[in-house]
Amino acid sequence: MAERDFTRTSFEEHLAEGYLMGVRCRSCGALSAVPRPLCPACRVEDLEWVELSGRGVVEGFTVIHVPPTPLAAAGFGRDNPYASAVVRLAEGPWITAQLVGVDPKRPESIRVGLKVRAEVIHQGEAARLAFRPED
Amino acid sequence: MKGKLGRGVALVGAGVGKFGAFPRKDSRDLFVEAFRELVASVDNKGFDPTEIEALFIGNYSSELFEHQGHLAPILADWVGLTPRAALRVEGACASGGIALRQGVLAVASGLYDVVLVGGVERMTALPTEAVTDTLATAGDVLYEFPAGFTFPGFYAAMATAYAARYGMPYEALMEVARKNHAHGALNDKAQFGMTIRAIMDRRLAKAREKGGPLPGWRDELDFLRDPGANPPVAWPLRLFDCSPITDGAAAVLVVAEELARRFTDRPLRVLGTGQASDACLYGRADLTSLRSAREAAAQAYTMAGVKPSGVKLAEVHDCFTIAEVLAVEDLGFFPSGQGWRAARDGATHRDGTIPVNTSGGLKAKGHPVGASGVAQVVELWKQMRGEAGPRQVGHDVDLALAHNVGGTGQTCVVHIFGRG
Repeated sequence: MAERDFTRTSFEEHLAEGYLMGVRCRSCGALSAVPRPLCPACRVEDLEWVELSGRGVVEGFTVIHVPPTPLAAAGFGRDNPYASAVVRLAEGPWITAQLVGVDPKRPESIRVGLKVRAEVIHQGEAARLAFRPED
Repeated sequence: MKGKLGRGVALVGAGVGKFGAFPRKDSRDLFVEAFRELVASVDNKGFDPTEIEALFIGNYSSELFEHQGHLAPILADWVGLTPRAALRVEGACASGGIALRQGVLAVASGLYDVVLVGGVERMTALPTEAVTDTLATAGDVLYEFPAGFTFPGFYAAMATAYAARYGMPYEALMEVARKNHAHGALNDKAQFGMTIRAIMDRRLAKAREKGGPLPGWRDELDFLRDPGANPPVAWPLRLFDCSPITDGAAAVLVVAEELARRFTDRPLRVLGTGQASDACLYGRADLTSLRSAREAAAQAYTMAGVKPSGVKLAEVHDCFTIAEVLAVEDLGFFPSGQGWRAARDGATHRDGTIPVNTSGGLKAKGHPVGASGVAQVVELWKQMRGEAGPRQVGHDVDLALAHNVGGTGQTCVVHIFGRG
């Protein structure tokens, strides 16, 4: 795993294998849930993959009623909205993903501060990240 | 960074075309309309447009919106400026503001004495879903788009974070829309030059014509609470929290200050300019403020040697109502957590202590994304010269500010103007 490039492709391959993998700077310790070849904090090119716990807290969210075309094609829209969130992971870094296991038709039931856990949604060969409320 | 311009720079002309949906016009036609008003705005009639030495164009995505790349030379040709240098500057919805900044820097460098800065976007040729996709590419297509975020969705997430931290009721956002529509009703160039009340009354009249049961809206807020009249787009943001899809263009004439009085006796001086960048949402530490806006504003205030309290009028980037709330805090007009009260309490109204978006803002005037940053400055030009007609503010505007945001704040540019 460690030999994979620090790219989106690798991120998705990890997800498909069931792992949420981020990168850590061996020099300054900075963590990013989004892989990149250069440490954004100290600019040193000495990163390693680390598995993230997938536990996190919702920093902000929305319920989308007017989706982009790929999600509209998947059946989302005014009558079938979905929720997306900015999540702060337990290890510190933030990431964006859809929320599942919530009721998008009752947005008041979703809240900032909600504790969530990562989940991988498999769609054929592709995999995407989502978060589900903890219990 | 030295924090000052190499030499003084002034604005001596400004023009904006009518904003709206114009199926028969391409971006070059929109730009010509703004250019014509600019030429007419130069007081000293001896102005010869061939004095213009370069063209800087703000445009977000003519490729995706119109399937036209390499736009700037075409616009130069359409206003008779070839063979002068023409280039396009892109910073999402801040394209216009950063085009202006590049024009200012080009004159300050001493290379040019007279440059034309324009902004243009033609958005309505695409269906709404395709516009949504195109605007979403101003975020991160690798990590944000697959998460389902749309452009309103980004700002909606900021709204939930802000409301959770500061206790803002979402209805406070409706007051921003009400104010900006009230301002836009006084702007004949606005796409939606109607108060919310007038929009509501028009809907009632239509319902009456059709017959059947009439909606029971008691007032504007009641109308805005009705999900039928004001449906959610990206909860908690609804239709009337969002700027519209717009065709439009704007232009300003930027010259060396020492030459300004050849063009007009009433130039505006560029006192401060600032620009900053930031990561996409997942790279931030806070969703309740735009770090790039605070940084760009600090640069502009420092260069101008003024404080937020000295600003008499501002055009801020209200692509969504929550964006205006964040803007008035990021610019230092209100403390953190208090900005949501400003529209409700009247402070940012035309007759308030710090009028914000007297043009109607992006919300009511319209938001042709690449044009907006320049159109904001055209409004400042009119207000500072007392030429804003029915929406002219009551007090003297000798210091004014424009705040233009790209994407979700990955880019922000701030300009401060005084009178020459």
